[in-house]
Order: sequence, then structure tokens, then C-alpha cells
Amino acid sequence: MDILLQQLINGLVLGSVYALIALGYTMVYGILELINFAHGEITMIGAMLALAVITHLAGSGLPVPIVLLAGLLTAMAGCSVLGYAIERVAYRPLRHAPRLAPLITAIGVSIVLQNLAMLIWGREYISFPPLLPQGWFDVHGARVTDVQLIILVTAGILMLVLDNLVRRTSLGRAMRATAQSPQLAGLMGIDANHIISLTFILGSALAAIGGFLVSAYYGLAHYYMGFLLGLKAFSAAVLGGIGNLRGAMLGGLLLGVIESLGAGYIGSLTHGVFGSNYQDVFAFLVLIAVLIIRPAGLLGQNTADRA
Amino acid sequence: MKSLFLPTLPALLFGALLAGCGSNTPPGNIIRIGSASPLTGPQAHLGQDNANGAQLAVDEINAAGGVRLAGKTWRLQLLVEDDQADPRVATTVAQQLADDDVAGVIGHLNSGASIPAAKVYDDAGIPQISPSSTAIAYTHLGFKTAYRVMTNDSQQGAALAQYATRYLHATRIAVVDDRTAYGQGLADEFARAAVTDGAQIVDREYTTDHSTDFLAILTSIKAHQPQVVFFGGMDPQAGPLARQMRQLGLTARLLGGDGMETSQFVHLAGAAANGDVASNPGLPLDQMPGGAQFRKHFTARFGPIQNYAPYAYDAVYVMVDAMKRANSPDPARYLPMLASTDYRGVTGNIRFDEHGDLQTGAVTLYQVNQGKWQPVTTITGPAPLPASH
Repeated sequence: MDILLQQLINGLVLGSVYALIALGYTMVYGILELINFAHGEITMIGAMLALAVITHLAGSGLPVPIVLLAGLLTAMAGCSVLGYAIERVAYRPLRHAPRLAPLITAIGVSIVLQNLAMLIWGREYISFPPLLPQGWFDVHGARVTDVQLIILVTAGILMLVLDNLVRRTSLGRAMRATAQSPQLAGLMGIDANHIISLTFILGSALAAIGGFLVSAYYGLAHYYMGFLLGLKAFSAAVLGGIGNLRGAMLGGLLLGVIESLGAGYIGSLTHGVFGSNYQDVFAFLVLIAVLIIRPAGLLGQNTADRA
Repeated sequence: MKSLFLPTLPALLFGALLAGCGSNTPPGNIIRIGSASPLTGPQAHLGQDNANGAQLAVDEINAAGGVRLAGKTWRLQLLVEDDQADPRVATTVAQQLADDDVAGVIGHLNSGASIPAAKVYDDAGIPQISPSSTAIAYTHLGFKTAYRVMTNDSQQGAALAQYATRYLHATRIAVVDDRTAYGQGLADEFARAAVTDGAQIVDREYTTDHSTDFLAILTSIKAHQPQVVFFGGMDPQAGPLARQMRQLGLTARLLGGDGMETSQFVHLAGAAANGDVASNPGLPLDQMPGGAQFRKHFTARFGPIQNYAPYAYDAVYVMVDAMKRANSPDPARYLPMLASTDYRGVTGNIRFDEHGDLQTGAVTLYQVNQGKWQPVTTITGPAPLPASH
């Protein structure tokens, strides 16, 4: 078995999920310069909603792809509505307040969502029904499971679609214009509020897909899962350069690979002084190192090129 | 002196506030008992289970007319606190319970929480009975107030090592722990006993009690081709760990302690759980003297038992039993009686050694078969070792 290759594959799969969630952080920051700390919880709600529907339909005799799709679509719809509502209720009234106010509100929203999820779905881990394909194939001695392949392909397609949406469509142009200056965009006939709402809806839908994929990958969901996931995705966005879409994708993939390689090799490299329990720390250390050398992140440039 | 006791307005207000939440001097005929365990966070299901077990005992005793002590009838009241499985929060919670003048504490769930809290209870002179903390250090800190109604790690680790080397004939073993006082302690005790029994520890990996991704460490472990993977930690990690072992094609058998021997583990690991082995102190619940009845009463009220509820339930009865023998709910009076406990609870016969550990060290091994834990064998472990670190 090729250990290095296996670690790289593990890292890429994990990283592609981080990237999907990081996109939500980066899009919102790009337009509003707001760090939406509730984004991790939206991911968690997405996973919970998808699991609730899938568990409910699992015994109904419907074909498996339909059951999974129903779960995914429900999660996307639910999270889009949630993302829209959060922006309307918690962030829009504070748009012209000092920057600290919406940040604190975001943390508040995240606590509310986490506790709400605990009340609705309970404190126990919820497991993913055994519906997913169990197959795998061999790549030069490393194992790639069907689920890993599904995650990689799904994340890849979504990132391509989003990249083209922002760069090539008129909606994307409106988003970029709003990011540069909401007032000027307004003068050009762009409804900035509309674009901001759409950004939240898009980001939340991506988070829902991310949450669904994570719960499918690890086979579980929990009301607490959004915290660390959100923190990692946020780090990925900052690593790549927050506000930059391709940066978030690159940052996510890099963070996943760094984590995987770090946890896999740190023990033998340091002769057991640092163990693999430093998996999370390792990712954040690299983040700090990159930020010291390039404060704007890997692909971050001056703020004119955001979103 | 007079001026010292002259109440000022803020002091009066503060006093009124305290009285308002019922936490000033205890009113007559109520015995307050604290329950401390994580009620939020990844181990909330286990923490709630402990609180439920204690609550069931308290309600049963009250329903039977309370406790007769010193010519008066006392009712029990359970104060339930959330320590978030966090050592820092645990000391805050412990101080809060001490300030609330509890007569004793059932807790904490985690060794990492029980250990720092033990100091607070010892300072306040409040007896502490943990239903589930197994780290050796907990009862070996020299505190007279610390007891547990569960086998400790050296008893359990030795039994697990015996199973791995003599029943599974494993010679190559990989060990993973979650770096908590419990997980690390159990894994260290297991590794030590396994090496003594002739096995080789081929890889030692670590994770945390919040992780869900173990692919990186399992990939390293797979390269060492172990026959057994031992995990020291709790079910939220053990479940996905079992799944990811199968995902990577690791055929080694997963072996764990009481933190893994739960219905939640089977639930989370799914089909990957089949064949995995874990230990739990004492006899299987259905073979315990009052086990079947306990299960009936508990499940009717709270749903399925997660793991340690019977121990929390017994801990309350052990505490009340000592109070009865001392004829007083005063911690200073009944604490000496706790040491001479000889109580037959649902989890077995409870007698303490000089440290506050259980004297009998039976450990039962269970294996997942068709999605259910089934007892395989009961190993009578050696007597508890003296403090080893």
C-alpha cells in the first residue's frame, strides 16, 4: 500500500469539503466584509436536515438515489431560507453599524442555531443510514472509496459552476460590482440588497451540500459539528485569501492535504514528541505561517478584485 | 463585632437573591445531592444518562417516603450541573455545588473532570462518588472524599490485554487514544499489560475527543499491519473510527474500553461494528442482581440506557446507605461510614479499598454480533495496583 498516496487522497477529499464551505465565507466577506461566523452552523443544519429526510425515507422503499437527492434538496432549500433569514434579521439592520457589531451578532446567531439544533435533534450523534455504495477501487496501492469519489466529483463540479457563474454571467458581474461599491452598483441599476441576499442563499446552499457530504463521509452528524468545521473552512478561506473565490478553493484543498499529511507523519518526524492529536493545530500553524509571509493569503490581492 | 454583622443594603439584596434561588442554608428536611456531568457537547448523551440514573434513584427514595435520619424524615433533591466534560468548567461547577451546600456529589463523568474537581470537594469536605471515572489518579490523589463505583483503568486495561493476547493471540497491536485522562490512562495501562503478556506495540497514535476524521492515523497504522487496534476513548470517536478502519481495508480487530461499549457505538459504526470487542466493568446488566428491573424502570422513563446510568443509580444508594448508618446527612459524619460500605446494588457488590476503589475487579468483555453487544467472557482482574504514575 502506498501510504503517501493514501494520505494525499484522504486529504484531497477532506479539503474539497472544506473548500465548498469556505466559499460561503469568502463570498459573504467579498461583498460585505463581514465574517459570517454562523456559516459553520448552517453547514451543520444542512447535515441535520438531510439526515432527517433520508432517515425518514430510508424505509419507504423509494430508490436510494431519489432518497439521497430528496435529502440533499431539502437541506439546500432549508439552508437557503435560513441564510436569507439570518441576513435579513441579524445582519441587514446592522449594515451601517461599526464593524464589531455584526461580528458579535454573527457569533450570537451561531450560538442560537447550535442550541436550536440541540433542542430539535437532541444531543446524540445521528448516524447516516447505510444507503451509500460500499465499493472501492485501487489506485497504485491506495484505496479510493465510491463515497470519496462522489465527494471529489461533486465538489469539483460545484466549484467550476460557481467560478463560471461569478466570472461569466451577468449575475456574477452584478456580484462583483456590488463587492466593489454597493452605492455605485446601485447607480448602475443593481439592487445591492437583492445581490447580498442572493449571495447568502448561494453560500448557504453550498454549505448544505458540504454538510451533507461530511455526514455521508463520516457516517454521522451532531449539533456540535459545525463549530470546528466552520473554523477550518474559515481558515481555508483566509489561507487562500479571504474574498477570493479561487483562493477559498485552493485554501480548502491545501488545508485538507496539510492536515492529512501532518497527522500522518508528525509522529515519526518528531520521534513521538508531537503526536497525531496535533492534527488540528498543525493546520492552524501553517495558516499562521502563511499569513506572516503573505498577510492577504495565498491568492489574496488588493481588495478591488474581490468576489 | 457588631458592626461586622450589620447588614448593608447590598448584602441584604445579595442574601435575598441567594434565598430566591434556594441556595442559601438548606431548609430543614431536604438533603441536596449534586450531579455533575457533561450535558452539552459531544458527550452530552452519556452525561444526561448519568444524571438520569441518579435522578431515578433520588425519585425512588423520595417516593418510598424519603430517608429517616435522626428522628426526622428527609427528602432528597438532585442538583444537576453541566461540566461540559471540560476540566476547567468542572472546577467551577464543583465550587458551585459546594456553595450550594450539597451533602454529596455523584460525578463527574470524565476522569479529566473528576480529578480537578476532587480537590474542590475535598476542601469543602463533600463526599464525591464517580459513577464512571476510571483513571487511576482520581482516587490516588490522597483525598479522603473521592470514591468510585466503577473498576479502574489498571483493572480494566489488564483484563483487555489478557483478552487480546490470550484469546485473540495478538502479537502485533496498534494503540490509539484521545489524550484525555481517561483515554490515555486506559491506553497506557493496556499497552503496559500487553507488553508484559508478550505482545508488541507496533504503532502508537493519538487523536482528540472532538475528532471525527481518523483516516490519517489509520493509514499510518495500516502500514504496520497490526492484528488488533486498541482505542482508549469514548463512543463518538470509536464509532467513526471503526467505520474508517473498514473503509481503508484494515482487517485488524478493534478493541476498546467501557467508553466504547455503548449502543451509540453500534449505532455510529453500523455494519463496521460487527466483531469489535469492548469491555465494561462488572457483570452484564441482565446478570446483575437487580439489573433487569433497573432496565425496565429506567427505559420506561428515559429511553435506552447509554452506559453508566446503573452506576450513577447505585452511587446515590451507596451515599444514602452511608447516611443511614451514620444516622446523619452531615458529610463530616457520614463520610467515615462510606469507607465501610458493603452494599449490594444493581451493578454488583460494592465494597471500597483504602483508596476508594472497588475491591472486586471483575471486567466483562462484549462483542458486537448482528448489531448488538453480547457478553463473551468475564475476566476477574487482578487487585488494583498502587499508583503507577
